Amino acid sequence: MKARWFTPIVFTVTLLVVALALATVTNNYFYTAAYIVLQFIILATAWNILGGLTGYVNFGSAAFFSLGAYSSVVMFSLFKAPVPLAIPVSAAVAGLVGLGAGYLTLRLRGVFFAIATLAMSEVLYTFVVNWDYVGGARGAYIILQDDPPFGFSNHTQYLFTVMALMTAFAIAVARYVETSRLGRGLAAIRDDEVAAECSGVPTLRLKLISTTVSGALMGMSGSTFPYFMQYVEPTSSFSLSYSVNAIAMPLIGGMHSWAGPLIGAILLGTIQQIVQVTVSSAWNLLIVGVLLVVFVTLAPDGIMGWFDHWRARRRRS
Amino acid sequence: MGNSLRIEGLTAGYGSVRVLEDLSLSVGDGETVALLGTNGNGKSTLIKCIMGIVRPTAGRIVAEINGTDHDLIGMEAHDVVQLGIALVPEGRRLFPKLTVEENLLLGAYRKAARARIAESLEFCYETFPRLTERRAQLAGSMSGGEQQMLSLARALMTTPSILLVDEPSVGLSPLLVQTVIGKIKELKERFGLTVLMAEQNFQQAVRIADRGYVIVHGKIEFEGASREALADNELVKKLYLGL
Repeated sequence: MKARWFTPIVFTVTLLVVALALATVTNNYFYTAAYIVLQFIILATAWNILGGLTGYVNFGSAAFFSLGAYSSVVMFSLFKAPVPLAIPVSAAVAGLVGLGAGYLTLRLRGVFFAIATLAMSEVLYTFVVNWDYVGGARGAYIILQDDPPFGFSNHTQYLFTVMALMTAFAIAVARYVETSRLGRGLAAIRDDEVAAECSGVPTLRLKLISTTVSGALMGMSGSTFPYFMQYVEPTSSFSLSYSVNAIAMPLIGGMHSWAGPLIGAILLGTIQQIVQVTVSSAWNLLIVGVLLVVFVTLAPDGIMGWFDHWRARRRRS
Repeated sequence: MGNSLRIEGLTAGYGSVRVLEDLSLSVGDGETVALLGTNGNGKSTLIKCIMGIVRPTAGRIVAEINGTDHDLIGMEAHDVVQLGIALVPEGRRLFPKLTVEENLLLGAYRKAARARIAESLEFCYETFPRLTERRAQLAGSMSGGEQQMLSLARALMTTPSILLVDEPSVGLSPLLVQTVIGKIKELKERFGLTVLMAEQNFQQAVRIADRGYVIVHGKIEFEGASREALADNELVKKLYLGL
């Protein structure tokens, strides 16, 4: 597929699916479930830019997600910001924090970097809990009194559509990063950082771009969250389940291309939504754990990796 | 225009351990200079200082590229590469999970190399036919000799003016060592490259060197102005030939 066709195709497919859904599905629960799956697709895709392409495991996805959500809360409290305005601001805030956090932590490698990101998440959590303007530990409400714009019948459907478009955007960005010169440099960093530097790859600059883009996309996915739930509080928005899912989904789908996190998030996210309705949401993390064990033992390169191996084997025989 | 390297009074180490002590050497335009020494005498540390991976505590490293002097002290490795200095690192340091071709393309990350990328790629495949067969294979799955060839080809993709080679013979069979050293000779003759090669394998290094230095405990103990002078020296005989 030609690179310049990829983005139009992704957006066209997304718009068609959204239009089809809006025309046929009236049950609002469908939009809630779909919104959450889409949100995980963005988180997983964003995580993979730093984790899969660059080789740095970020354990603080929930923090970037919350930065996006709380930026929206602040924007709404200040001047009732509408969703389309809140999104770029949230992305910018999370991106800037990504840049700063990257600058402070990127000298660390492997497990030390992962612990540093986890620590950053805890620091931001404590900060939000003690910040009264955004509700502290009690949380904050965003009550939408106006009708949704653009003729949508309710806010859930409107935000589902916005989320779908953001997902298309995130996938287009991930694919661009992966196939560009930047992506090749990131792959070199993942394989051998010193050798990358000695081949002329400006490793620090590339890693900072990677943390910034990854953080901004995560913030973007969190920006509509308070509008969608109409309520946000720190314990749930900083929940470890966001961070764990953002890692597990690319791991299960495959970390070496944009398609991996997409497939992993759809699979894992959908299973979680189904189990939540049919059994209980208490099962969600157990499912992640079991699937991780299964994939690490049977398909360590994820679904995409397994598929590639299978294709290579078939070509040979 | 000239491409040369001058190192003056270089002192460097790791923490409180001093590895290089007031070391000076030079590599003239188009020259191939061998840096000889057994393990642990500071050859790789010197190379790392030139590349900006190890920060020296004293001394100067000046690279003349196309007639312009550049002070390398304090520069980051990727900026050193931008100037036109390429490294074939010790232990090859390929990108094992990328293909041969991707490894080569990463060599051309340097700005000046990007315009000639297709040309350089063709040249590398022509010079190292084995790499053509293996272009879609993962670099980590190749044999040691093939990996060393790829490492050399990757450095050439930066279209360098000065080539640094760190222990190209490590882990290779005697026959392969001969092939690799032969390739370096072929390349430097063809491009008039300025080469500094750190090597333990005296016999092979002397085959292509115009002159050389013997480094012992971080100091230059002997400077051989010619191939013959190196081979005749008492110290070299003691260290390498066991005489």
